[in-house]
Amino acid sequence: MLRGTISFDIAHLLAGSLVLVSFMQLYQDRLYALLNVYALHALVLAASVGWQAFVQDAPHLYLTAVIALVFKAIIIPTALHRIIVRLGIHREIETVVGVGPTMLLGMGLVALSMVVMLRVTAEADPLAREDLAFALSVVLLGLLLMVTRRNAVSQVVGFMSLENGLVLAATGAKGMPLVVEISVAFSVLIAFIVIGIFLFRIRERFDTVDLQALDRFRGERR
Amino acid sequence: MIDALTGVLAIPAVAAVLLAAFPGYRLTARLNVVAALLTFVTASSLYVVEPVSGSYLLVDDLNKVFIVLTTFVGFTTSVFSASYIGHEIEIGHLTPKFVRFYHAMYQALMFAMNLALVANNIGLMWVAIEMATLTTVLMVGIYRTHEALEAAWKYFILGSVGIALALFGTILVYMAARPVIGEGVEAMVWSVLMTRAAHFDPALLNVAFIFLLLGYGTKVGLAPLHAWLPDAHAEGPTPISAVLSGLLLNVALYALLRFKMLLALNPAAIAPGPLMVIMGLISCLFAAFMLYRRRDIKRMFAYSSIEHMGIIVFAFGMGGALANFAGLLHMTMHSLTKSAIFFAVGHIAQVKGTQKIADMGGLTVTNPVLGWGLVLGVVAIAGLPPLGIFMSEFLVLSSTFAREPWLAIILAIGILVALGGLFMRLNTIAFGAPRGPTAKADASYVPMFAHLALVFITGIYMPAPLVKGFENVARLLG
Repeated sequence: MLRGTISFDIAHLLAGSLVLVSFMQLYQDRLYALLNVYALHALVLAASVGWQAFVQDAPHLYLTAVIALVFKAIIIPTALHRIIVRLGIHREIETVVGVGPTMLLGMGLVALSMVVMLRVTAEADPLAREDLAFALSVVLLGLLLMVTRRNAVSQVVGFMSLENGLVLAATGAKGMPLVVEISVAFSVLIAFIVIGIFLFRIRERFDTVDLQALDRFRGERR
Repeated sequence: MIDALTGVLAIPAVAAVLLAAFPGYRLTARLNVVAALLTFVTASSLYVVEPVSGSYLLVDDLNKVFIVLTTFVGFTTSVFSASYIGHEIEIGHLTPKFVRFYHAMYQALMFAMNLALVANNIGLMWVAIEMATLTTVLMVGIYRTHEALEAAWKYFILGSVGIALALFGTILVYMAARPVIGEGVEAMVWSVLMTRAAHFDPALLNVAFIFLLLGYGTKVGLAPLHAWLPDAHAEGPTPISAVLSGLLLNVALYALLRFKMLLALNPAAIAPGPLMVIMGLISCLFAAFMLYRRRDIKRMFAYSSIEHMGIIVFAFGMGGALANFAGLLHMTMHSLTKSAIFFAVGHIAQVKGTQKIADMGGLTVTNPVLGWGLVLGVVAIAGLPPLGIFMSEFLVLSSTFAREPWLAIILAIGILVALGGLFMRLNTIAFGAPRGPTAKADASYVPMFAHLALVFITGIYMPAPLVKGFENVARLLG
């Protein structure tokens, strides 16, 4: 490509791995396994962001990488592990759609994001371009994970991997101001606090985090 | 240097911290009112002395309207909230500890909304809207019942997804701006973006707008992205329903309008109007029909909010000076009327001890002031003359009819269907034999009637400065 082929290839490899790990999340049917794969997801993100920091010579991005590594890859999975143990729901995940159709849907979404992003960014520099396409894939796969799961914990994991996709996009956009990266990391933090409170309350009230139990109520029945 | 611009942000921020620290709900309720009033006064002073816009904060004719409206309704809602919360504590729905938290969150929400309105940076604006979402999630879940938790969870998940899509759109706008403006903060500043928009890559802008429309559209409550809205309105405390309907939806709409203006400046990009027209029409029609199946009074008015946001987005989508004027007027009237209705509904639900429409009846006999207040509010929201919403809906329809008669007819059908649905339910609630408890309400009627009086006056006579101000903004919106 245009400049340093190796640096481009490595960025490409890492962003591509993130999409791959997103796929791995889709077919995990146990909560522990899902959390481990999520930790891997965050790890790959940290590596990718770190590489971008190096390539773009943007030291503030190292901070984002560290946040991804410490907060997303270590603290959150550990905390969620504990919640799962405490709630005693470490057995199976119920998937609404089967694994086969989910994977097919996932492939369709990746194809869609490639078609959309590669076409509209024809003039942008290749690194940003491919990064954006991968980032959109990760975002869409995160959404897919959220809609195919009923369990509150796995929905949260879906949301967090969606956020990872956003961080990938933000770091791929060269020179994007620090404001946004911190805000992204910060929002994840706040989001996690909120979720934590929710999980606690949900557990307190119903002893389950299966959202189907919540869905019983529709509000319109007499 | 402390100017009005800093004031509208600093007052609620300081108040939020103070309210979190003070015990005693009577004191905090009063402090809440005082802080909201101060913010409103400060916001109004923006019209007298215009502060200098920096690279992070911005004041222009467009956001001044939104800020003044937001702080005004924020103030009246805090007055209503004081008497509503007093009753909730008496009957034991809320404990004083939760009320302290609630008041702090109320001011935090006001801060977040004001920040979203004055932000001159697309990233900062996004952060503010995300913050507003999170504070409202916490308040919707404050009763901690089964239903409230489900509503808050649903709102949280759908709101976060919407916000995430909006961030992706924001990043794409930056990507489009970067080659033209250069790297760094400048490429995210509204006032810079607006001057250079014509040279941005149109393809990137198009995709960005789709994401922004879906993302912020979720927060506006446009169908089919509205699923969180009725639940959040029905299960949270009623003052929050009033603020959600009257203000937060507007703030998300404001973000959308800014991006629409940006796209309009780029000749090669898609026209954002038709997309907004379609989503507006779908929302209006869908919500109008959904009104007929409602059994819960707060849910019913939540669907009515979706209908009106649909009309407003439709009007802005049509564009042009007249339609924009109508949209702006409709937005203002809807905020005032809908919050007045929620003030009435809050007290009604407290008197009756339920939100089920079937358990209420004959309100005009048992609680005449509340009952007639609600009737007046529904008459206003349904768009009957001579109230303000009639005028704005008439303007939307007539300006559309001159350009796209078919669209106007579809919209008119939506409005009429909604009118039928609202009156059918109103009949059960306000007239006929009294049903349910008939205790006298310990209510504050001032905010409700103040709003309705404003709507009434605007329907009959609009002062010239107001017309001129709105015309100015309508021109800005293009």
